[in-house]
Amino acid sequence: MSVTTLDPPEDPVLARRAAIQLAATSSLRRRKAYSTAGIWVCRAFLLIAVIPLLGVILYVVSKGLPAWNVDFFTQVTKPEGIPNGGIKNAIVGSLIIDGIAVAFSVPFGVVGGLFLAESDGRIAGGVRLMADVLTGVPSITIGIFGYIVWVKNVGSYSGLAGAFAISIVMIPVIMRAAETALRGVPGTLSEAALSLGARKFTIARRVVVPAALPGLITGVLLAVARGAGETAPLLFTAFGNQFLQTNPTKPMETMPHTIYTYSSQPYADLVQIAWGTALLLMLVILVLNVGSRLIAARLGRERG
Amino acid sequence: MNDPIVAPIENRGVSLTTQEVLVETGNDTPCVMRLEDVSVSFDGRAAVRGITLDVRQGEVTALIGPSGSGKTTLLRALNRMHDIERSAVVTGHILLGDTDVYARSTDPTLIRARVGMVFQRPNPFPTMTIYENVVSGLRFSGVRNRSLLEEAAESALIAAALWDSVKDRLKSHASTLSGGEQQRLCIARALAVEPEVLLMDEPTSALDPIATKRIEELVVELKDRVTIIIVTHNMQQAMRVSDRCAFLLMGDDKSGELIEFGPTAKLFSEPTDPRTLDYVNGRFG
Repeated sequence: MSVTTLDPPEDPVLARRAAIQLAATSSLRRRKAYSTAGIWVCRAFLLIAVIPLLGVILYVVSKGLPAWNVDFFTQVTKPEGIPNGGIKNAIVGSLIIDGIAVAFSVPFGVVGGLFLAESDGRIAGGVRLMADVLTGVPSITIGIFGYIVWVKNVGSYSGLAGAFAISIVMIPVIMRAAETALRGVPGTLSEAALSLGARKFTIARRVVVPAALPGLITGVLLAVARGAGETAPLLFTAFGNQFLQTNPTKPMETMPHTIYTYSSQPYADLVQIAWGTALLLMLVILVLNVGSRLIAARLGRERG
Repeated sequence: MNDPIVAPIENRGVSLTTQEVLVETGNDTPCVMRLEDVSVSFDGRAAVRGITLDVRQGEVTALIGPSGSGKTTLLRALNRMHDIERSAVVTGHILLGDTDVYARSTDPTLIRARVGMVFQRPNPFPTMTIYENVVSGLRFSGVRNRSLLEEAAESALIAAALWDSVKDRLKSHASTLSGGEQQRLCIARALAVEPEVLLMDEPTSALDPIATKRIEELVVELKDRVTIIIVTHNMQQAMRVSDRCAFLLMGDDKSGELIEFGPTAKLFSEPTDPRTLDYVNGRFG
């Protein structure tokens, strides 16, 4: 290649290109190994994180499934030694208490979230901070709060008191999820509505909230899942009840409470019931989680 | 195929005489990238198909066409940017020098070190200083030699017409620069790796007219150093900066196809395809 030697003194660009490509090629093996090792470390850590989760699920399924039979779902809890006990009272109690709690929390949570999403002022900042703190408060504290505010004043334990305490768990979760969902709606939509002569509340009601609906539903379902699994707020409020009780002004049994009381009993049949209840509760929460995702994905797809 | 990486150095001698060759024969400029029947599909649906064209060294090749014609999709196929998209499949042959870009034995990171890219919006790394941004590609490629890093950074910043305004603040963060400066920083970052080909995906679409003009001037200045392929929706821009132009259009099956490819002057003045004529005269798109 005598032609190249006749070229003007070595072109610095080409010299650098050669040096850089040499460095890239010669370090390729090292870089590849480093990258592969890094990916495997990530996978290993993921596995380590997932093992306990899978372990819990498998353990609950293996322990709880044998407790499941027709009586389990149709009979009320029975004292130790008496066969054919079930948790109908706990299932009904949980449904009523969580239903009341949801009916109470959703409006407050969503409207509160709307306020947070629309304003960045000092009040919103304070509310946001309190909501965040409240989600982190130990749930036993909320139970005691429910006891002092409701049970002490009304004079008796009741399903309503339990729903009140569960609402306090749910509201901040819904509020923050709603805020995130509502903030995710592009500002250009609000501007379009604004330019058509809509007022602020109209924009929220007709444009922003419908657009954020998938996120709102997800947030609500996740909050329900969270609330349905709480035990501590119910201890001092709904109290518990061996019998079927559909009147929410009376003490009621709930699934977390059944697990709590029966798992510490020295009788195998009652512990068995506790495992069965744990499995049912776990499945309900799983269905809520998966369902919220499916609904969000489906709504998202329908709207393109 | 003993060592494709040193091949371009031998070509450089020819590149210096590019203009003469072009004047004499018009068609003898060496080809850096050759596309043969290239198609890109996502989830089995072709976005662009059957593209065959040669990219000549030391030239600016522009890809023009209305939205949906697959310009950007085609561009991103050239340095294997579609690898990160699971649903994307690239078929046909793309040759860089004598390296098959999509060969099983070809490492995509080495291809990307040889085929750089500048994106629609300036995307300097926000946590890095100006200097760190410029040398980032070199560091990713395993270059550790400090003098080489500094030399490459200075040369790239000079080439990107940014050196004079940033040489005293190389340690400040890239976010302190204006939009146009950030885009030139991204060009410098791409140039620092000394790629053989630079892909530019509508590099001025997020910039104001003055910053756009500077980038366009830069594109023309840079072609001695690096072969440029630029996607643009702006026909005037293609006319101002490119030597050769490829006109793409969405076909009946919703995938982009190459309608006409040739010297820019000819494509704009006397195109062979009536659709090209309609497009360059602004009758659609």
